[in-house]
Amino acid sequence: MNKGVAITGMGIISAIGNTVEENYFSLVNNKAAITSIENIPTVHKAVIKVGEIKKTNQQLADELQLAADNNFSRTALLGTIAAKQAVQNAGISSINEYRTGLISATSVGGMDMTETHYYDYFENENLVKYISCHEGGDVAHKIADELDLQGMVTTISTACSSAANAIMLGARLIKTGKLDRVIVGGTDALAKFTINGFKTLMILSDGYNMPFDNDRKGLNLGEAAAYLVLESDAIVEKENKKVLARVSGYGNANDAFHQTASSENGEGAFLAMEKAFQVANLKSEQIDYINVHGTATPNNDLSEGRAIMRIFGENKTPDFSSTKPFTGHTLAAAAAIEAVYSVLAIQNNVVFPNLNFKTPMEEFNLVPQTTLKHKNIEHVLSNSFGFGGNCSTLIFSKSI
Amino acid sequence: MRKTYINGVGCISAQKTVDTVFLEEAELNESDTILPLKIPVYKDFISPVAIRRMAKGVKNGIVASALAMKEAKVTTVDAIITGTGMGCIEDSEKFLKTILENKEEFLTPTSFIQSTHNTVGAQIALGLQCKAYNLTYVNGSVSFESALLDAKMKMEEEEASTVLIGGIDEIADYTTSLFKLAGFIKKENQSPYRVLNSTTKGAVHGEGAIFFALENEKKENTYAEVLDIEILNKLKVEVLEDKIKTFLNANSLQISDIDAVILGYNGDVEYDTYYNTLSENAFVNTPQVYYKHLCGEFNTASAFGLWVGAKIIKTQQIPEILKVNTLENTEYKTILLYNQYKGIDHSFTLISRC
Repeated sequence: MNKGVAITGMGIISAIGNTVEENYFSLVNNKAAITSIENIPTVHKAVIKVGEIKKTNQQLADELQLAADNNFSRTALLGTIAAKQAVQNAGISSINEYRTGLISATSVGGMDMTETHYYDYFENENLVKYISCHEGGDVAHKIADELDLQGMVTTISTACSSAANAIMLGARLIKTGKLDRVIVGGTDALAKFTINGFKTLMILSDGYNMPFDNDRKGLNLGEAAAYLVLESDAIVEKENKKVLARVSGYGNANDAFHQTASSENGEGAFLAMEKAFQVANLKSEQIDYINVHGTATPNNDLSEGRAIMRIFGENKTPDFSSTKPFTGHTLAAAAAIEAVYSVLAIQNNVVFPNLNFKTPMEEFNLVPQTTLKHKNIEHVLSNSFGFGGNCSTLIFSKSI
Repeated sequence: MRKTYINGVGCISAQKTVDTVFLEEAELNESDTILPLKIPVYKDFISPVAIRRMAKGVKNGIVASALAMKEAKVTTVDAIITGTGMGCIEDSEKFLKTILENKEEFLTPTSFIQSTHNTVGAQIALGLQCKAYNLTYVNGSVSFESALLDAKMKMEEEEASTVLIGGIDEIADYTTSLFKLAGFIKKENQSPYRVLNSTTKGAVHGEGAIFFALENEKKENTYAEVLDIEILNKLKVEVLEDKIKTFLNANSLQISDIDAVILGYNGDVEYDTYYNTLSENAFVNTPQVYYKHLCGEFNTASAFGLWVGAKIIKTQQIPEILKVNTLENTEYKTILLYNQYKGIDHSFTLISRC
């Protein structure tokens, strides 16, 4: 096995908690947070449920002690909160002491502000400050500024696999010696834009999402942010840092099948997992837990399930679960929050339950872990797939 | 360590950059605040049905990438990496307007699907049936440089021998009106909009799709080698020169080794000071090149800058229209590109003749 890149800090804010500890508490106590939407005025309020962070933008801005005239989008607010936690958790006091970068991920960027003020910009000059916060990069810049970080800052947007690619790039930047420390992760706020987009694609559930269930009806959207601190072994040794876990494998492939649907045999997912095993130098039987993408759309779970069976072999699939029944599908942040959950699984030797599962799918014999399970966890594989055929897999390993 | 060579280019821009040698038919437009790109002949590359359905950025990306691959004589790639500031923003506008105007009813998914930033990279992969590494960067003016850096890393890691990279951004009406309101685009009635020695704020905006076929092997048609790229979120103008020297030193080079410097001047009096300080000090004895007066400012305009750099090295000449000063060199071996936008997203790119 390859040693992988050290994770020395993590931070998260999601519908199931405002800290890493709160998220863990919810995961082991079956406290899902799929509810009716409160912060966004949408005509779909009565028919959809979401994983929403029950804090207003003002509350989030107050927590960050931002100036009253700030122009933070909700995506930037959530991202800054999570990134600050991660940096604090890693015990970093002087952020530019080493060559430090920030690789962020987002799909909506500041769309929440754009859609709120779109036609008002010309009427109210106080709103003009929000025009520049639309683009994805604005979020990363705001996070970097709040962290006082000066260095390489960039943003990845590959739809729902974005944060997995940010983590992968961060690990590669350290492995190739280009940077010593990289803060990696993703953030996405709920927006009318995405709610309506997914609605037109008819992949939103009208109830609670049921990953890998035969009667699954689609996904619940969610919002969240999570960031990890990756550091070189030189820093870890020099500063005698506690390593939470390691990023040991990663793979990225394209399904090249359809803009918004996965291929029937999950070719992209298969290739991404295969690549991750190569990078980690691990065999499939060494995986103790798969945190599946498991969005609970008919298409994803079938395609992902087939890819998993191809990689792991019939009846050889390790314990797996989707944590999206807890949080909803948080799009570009999904792989980041699930990276935090993967590390928590390793640290606490648990498999989190796949809630809402009742009936196995008729196409194959794959049954997720539905209750909390305690067992030794050395390696976790986490999948994330996005529109545009973007498939990414990460492998996290216990630090030895 | 595997090297990275530019072996093919495809450039769709406001200038005639397809089927020309190097800007010999360039036209300077100093009277408009927007420079739309010259639409290529889509039907030579895309089926008529798809032409009607596809977003502008997707079509231009497909054509530019096909041109780059054709020139490099490659038919498959090991990675497709794109950069875009705003993605297919026309479709984002369309979907958002329908949401707002129809009160979230009667929506169709097409424009939502195309508004996803990774659409261009995804559609190229779909067209090529390329299942390899595929990534999209969206970080303002380093979106393209992020793609270039990633591609170079892929080579160094020996994970790829052929990589397709590109920068794509498109103009869209409503976003343009917002950018005018916010002062990002120059005010009307201030023409001529000269990029050098400008006294007004904002920039003339443009659009484009500029792709490069990169390979780890030098070939007959090689333009240049990509030596190094550095990305920095922010930088004070006072330390810019030091940062550049450090960057050059890391590549065993000094200012005097640079045969031409390509600067991202966009005519914004507030931020062109970054370029002025280099132009008037460190690089005062170096031939200086600018290009955004030809392609306009957009998040991935620096990809046009790299295209200019690659062409200078290949043709060993700098067209008059690109010159900031009158200096010339007998050989253009090593070229440095520097770009920033509004004081953030700084990038240094180093290329050389091989």
